[in-house]
Amino acid sequence: MRFLSSRRRHPVAKPLLLVFALFVMGGLYAILAPSDVSSADTTKSQQVEAGRKLFAVGCSSCHGLNGQGSSQGPTLVGVGAAAVDFQVSTGRMPLAYPQQQAPQTKVSYNDDEIAALAAYVQTLGPGPEIPSASQYQPSGLTDEEVARGGELFRTNCSACHNAEGAGGALPNGKYAPSLVGVSDKHIYEAMLTGPQQMPVFSDQVVTPKDKQEIIAYLQTLHERPNNGGLALGGIGPVSEGLWTWIVGLGVLVAFAVWIAAKGAKAK
Amino acid sequence: MAKPAATVAREADLADGKTPPKQFGPVFKAASGPAGWADERLGLASLGKHNLRKIFPDHWSFLLGEIALYSFIVLLLTGVFLTLWYQPSMDETTYDGTYQLLRGVTMSQAYSSTVHISFDIRGGLLLRQMHHWAAMLFVAAMICHSLRVFFTGAFRKPRELNWLLGVGLMGIGLIEGFAGYSLPDDLLSGTGLRFVDGLIRSIPLVGTYIEFFIFGGEYPGDLIIPRLYMAHILLIPAVILGLIAAHLALVVYHKHTQYPGPGRKESNVVGYPLFPVYMAKAGGFFFIVFGVITLMGALMQLNPVWTYGPYTPNQVTAGAQPDWYMGFVEGAIRIMPNWEWHIGGTTWSWNIFLPGVGLLTALFVIMGVYPFVERWVTGDKSEHHILDRPRNNPTRTAFGVAAMTCYGFFWMGGGNDIIATHFHVSLNNVTYFLRVAVFVGPVLAFLITKRICIGLQRASEERLLHGAESGIIIRHPSGGYEEKHTPITAEEAYTLTQHKEYVPITVGGDGTDHNGVSKRDLGKQKRRALATRFYFGDNLRKPTRAEIEEAAAHFDHDGANGHGHGELEDGHSNGHSNGHSNGHSNGHSNGHSNGQAAIGSDRDDLETADR
Amino acid sequence: MSGTDDGPDGNNLPEGRDPRGELTQSRSVGGLVTTDDPRFPVADPGMEEHLPRLTDVDEKAAKRAERQVTTMFGLVPVFAIAFVVIYFAVPKTMTIDFGFLHTSALHFGLGTTLGMAILLIGIGAVQWARQLMADQEMVDERHPAVSSQADREEILAELEQGVEESQITRRKTMGYALLGAIGVVAVPFVIFLADLGPIATKKVRARTIETTIWKAGVRLVNDVTFMPLKPEDIQIGQLVNGEPANLQDLEGVERQQAMAKSPIIVVRMDPNDIKIPASRRDWQVNGILAYSKICTHVGCPISLWEQQTHHLLCPCHQSTFDLGDSGVVVFGPAARSLPQLPITVDSEGYLVAREGFTVPVGPSYFERDSRHDYKQGEN
Repeated sequence: MRFLSSRRRHPVAKPLLLVFALFVMGGLYAILAPSDVSSADTTKSQQVEAGRKLFAVGCSSCHGLNGQGSSQGPTLVGVGAAAVDFQVSTGRMPLAYPQQQAPQTKVSYNDDEIAALAAYVQTLGPGPEIPSASQYQPSGLTDEEVARGGELFRTNCSACHNAEGAGGALPNGKYAPSLVGVSDKHIYEAMLTGPQQMPVFSDQVVTPKDKQEIIAYLQTLHERPNNGGLALGGIGPVSEGLWTWIVGLGVLVAFAVWIAAKGAKAK
Repeated sequence: MAKPAATVAREADLADGKTPPKQFGPVFKAASGPAGWADERLGLASLGKHNLRKIFPDHWSFLLGEIALYSFIVLLLTGVFLTLWYQPSMDETTYDGTYQLLRGVTMSQAYSSTVHISFDIRGGLLLRQMHHWAAMLFVAAMICHSLRVFFTGAFRKPRELNWLLGVGLMGIGLIEGFAGYSLPDDLLSGTGLRFVDGLIRSIPLVGTYIEFFIFGGEYPGDLIIPRLYMAHILLIPAVILGLIAAHLALVVYHKHTQYPGPGRKESNVVGYPLFPVYMAKAGGFFFIVFGVITLMGALMQLNPVWTYGPYTPNQVTAGAQPDWYMGFVEGAIRIMPNWEWHIGGTTWSWNIFLPGVGLLTALFVIMGVYPFVERWVTGDKSEHHILDRPRNNPTRTAFGVAAMTCYGFFWMGGGNDIIATHFHVSLNNVTYFLRVAVFVGPVLAFLITKRICIGLQRASEERLLHGAESGIIIRHPSGGYEEKHTPITAEEAYTLTQHKEYVPITVGGDGTDHNGVSKRDLGKQKRRALATRFYFGDNLRKPTRAEIEEAAAHFDHDGANGHGHGELEDGHSNGHSNGHSNGHSNGHSNGHSNGQAAIGSDRDDLETADR
Repeated sequence: MSGTDDGPDGNNLPEGRDPRGELTQSRSVGGLVTTDDPRFPVADPGMEEHLPRLTDVDEKAAKRAERQVTTMFGLVPVFAIAFVVIYFAVPKTMTIDFGFLHTSALHFGLGTTLGMAILLIGIGAVQWARQLMADQEMVDERHPAVSSQADREEILAELEQGVEESQITRRKTMGYALLGAIGVVAVPFVIFLADLGPIATKKVRARTIETTIWKAGVRLVNDVTFMPLKPEDIQIGQLVNGEPANLQDLEGVERQQAMAKSPIIVVRMDPNDIKIPASRRDWQVNGILAYSKICTHVGCPISLWEQQTHHLLCPCHQSTFDLGDSGVVVFGPAARSLPQLPITVDSEGYLVAREGFTVPVGPSYFERDSRHDYKQGEN
């Protein structure tokens, strides 16, 4: 201590002290800086809390108060935020009444509420997080990669969703929905989480890049013009057959009637 | 028309050593040169003499077959263009054409060239779509045409052979269509081929051998597309062309049938001459069919193979269906219960063989034998050129509608997944329903159609005996109301009674085989009696001459009653002549003079014709 | 007998008689002429009177019709020229977007101009026929299809003479020899067909349709990407469309043939939710099961798997298999359960086949021994 007290009037003492003070301040700041994070933690927990409340009101009657599931609905432990985001922001959940398959309807919650619900369900058990735009938005893919997305689509998806993404039938009144107009994010989330009867296509097996290619293929396919004219519903030979009879034969028979009809007589 | 080479004409004259006997119009003059040249070598005049003014009756339903014929011509034309670019090869290639969504994908040359036609050949897609729409229309028109022929009884003697030619054309048309559908080698058509592979395999005893023969080894191999191509562009079209030629030649030889009507007899044909009217109408119709197909090709996209992707045996798409004309087979396969026998080391796949090979065979066999069955029932050996009104043969009509119903339900089966998704019903329930409906539906359709036909017969009889409803209501003094009927024209009365009537036969005796009738013959007769009762037992009998005369006299009596044309209001219930005058609007009360004049005029003609 | 059999009726038609019967005893009542033919009581009143059209009586109307037709024909070259212009002027990439119609401008332009050009020829010609050509209906007499007796006799006589001149009646053996020769010469052409494909003998079947390239130790890989699979990569409810790793070694036809038989679907279910027979306990890895992707009905690749019901639906004919119960059929036309591929894990932790398929995959064929397929309830 003598060392310090004896040199306290040393000319460099003041600057040194200043440096020290700055150091302490910096250190203190460094320690206190996470206080920002901890305040974010509070908003996160607030969000989870808000989600829990929303869940208790809107979801728990089927999925159980703690998301453990009931006879009316499956457990949500481990389904992850991505599943909630998909189900709720496409209007599939909440379900108005128990039925074979949750149809796409009007969305019941706003974005904040959906985020809150997703955050809450994620706390029940770890599951896939909501993908970020950089994950699901295809960018910088070559034509070949997009075409490969087509191959992946025809191998993994078209059996249910049809080669044009028009959807198809499943047993007992269930169906694979049309993919026309479905957002990139929802397609990604669906593959990731396997909603309802759809199987999971996890990132380990169908990699994020594969998924991007599939999404890119679909979006390009749906933006493209129909080179041959009107798409006629895009459900293949059944609708084509229908149009053959209605338009093709209909118009030609009308012409035939005109050809053979006795026209107006002068008297 | 080119100017006639005068020298040639003169040569012809000199050669014949005579001058034209008659002065003809300018057309004849202009044509006489080249025509004369050709006639000297081909004998065109003698050839055309009988046929140039051949009479064809005019009716819209007679044009259905023409739609099929013209579609076929369009198929030939567009098909020739398509062969210029299409490559019938299953060799693998990597696509690098215009369509970006397939770039770098491995595919067969067949598929690659189809996409090339669709995107890189200007108008190629138009030709492809025209070809495909024409094919769809070809079969559709053939079916409509055959239904017209069936329901009007045009297959009867002497046209049974032509009916068989038509049945053959339809069967071969289906195969031709299917072969063409498979050529692009896209995911849908490849799935169809896979199905055919399974279908062939299911044939008991020889299926596997046939499969290996057709595919040149194990499915898919690399031969099936080239082989189908040969069949599609050479073998089958040649057969179809031959059959069409025979079909048309027989139409010309037999002369066309006609609907009943005044002046129409079994011994004549009434209509317009081939040249010029029919030529203009039929030729014009060709261009109309061609034009409509072109516009369909331009505006309505079909079979967008580029979205289906190339065929690989490990991929599939929801909504995998064949073109509509194979839909009934597809439906039968779908709704068939899973019957399969496993006997020893063998497998008998009835679940595929019966609805596939069995149903197709049944359809064409039933179609083929029907004329002969009906001929056996009626025992009618005469020629028929006047068509039946469908109501006048209720059993045949009902049978036809029953067959259509059965076909229709099978057809629905082919789209059961589409029905399920678009009408929000369960796929399984649709299938269960159809399994019952294909049997119950035709029976119901038969019974209902037969009743409707007999009801229509009754309506015809009503018109014949009681006249047409005039829309005029008469009030009786007693307060009752009655509708005034006007007599129908003699033309209509003739038309309504022109059909041939059959009555059920009865087997004489009670089995006592006198007259040396053997038991076998008796059994035969009994069977036939049963058949005639089934066919004609419920038919309405045609009114007799006495009934018709009485009915006609009834109207006539009113007419001669001193009322002049007032018989319209008086009705056949005489004595109510003043009934109409009280309280009826003037529209009716002054009907004597002008209100009914228009309706009465028919009657006028009739009466004048009488006198 | 039916109505035709009594009396001289329509059966005599070949002689060209009018089936209405004779008009003897005809009587006119109330505007109708009746006959005593019981089958055709009303007499033929003859053809309707021909009524002229407006164009027949009014030259102005005729001129109007002529103008219509000429205009239609005149528009044809306009459309045809437009077609040519569009063909060369419109780029392939140009599109039009109008309501529901979002299509290639070139295709649309070519099709509509060509279609209109062709259609107008047709409509013009028909309009000409309908409005301007004579519309008086005419009558042709029919002749029965049968040849006249004289013709028949003549042809028979000629045939007889020809037969006689050929001496075939006297030298029958020679005739038979000719028939036999023509018949047998067809045989080589039938024989040509024998090389259409290999004969599906037992041996040929055994190395083609009865086997796949799966064998013990072949890795299960993801289709298209050929990534090998690890059990931990596959979640419950996951479906993987797989192939054998050795598919990559094949090319061309062999590859196609392998792809028609060897594709599999790998699914993972909660082992507590599903039935695993004792005999197949070691065919799976923690609820991961592999099945043939080729339907046992007619061979469509099937992958419509419902993760909650464990049902697998075929999109072609809707056969439904329960993958939670060794692939038995629960609905539809398929008769045999889906072959299951026994799998295990190799030393590096990847999924591999324990052995090849134990039964032939794909659709039935006659010689298939179907006694070894899994049946519901077996252990």
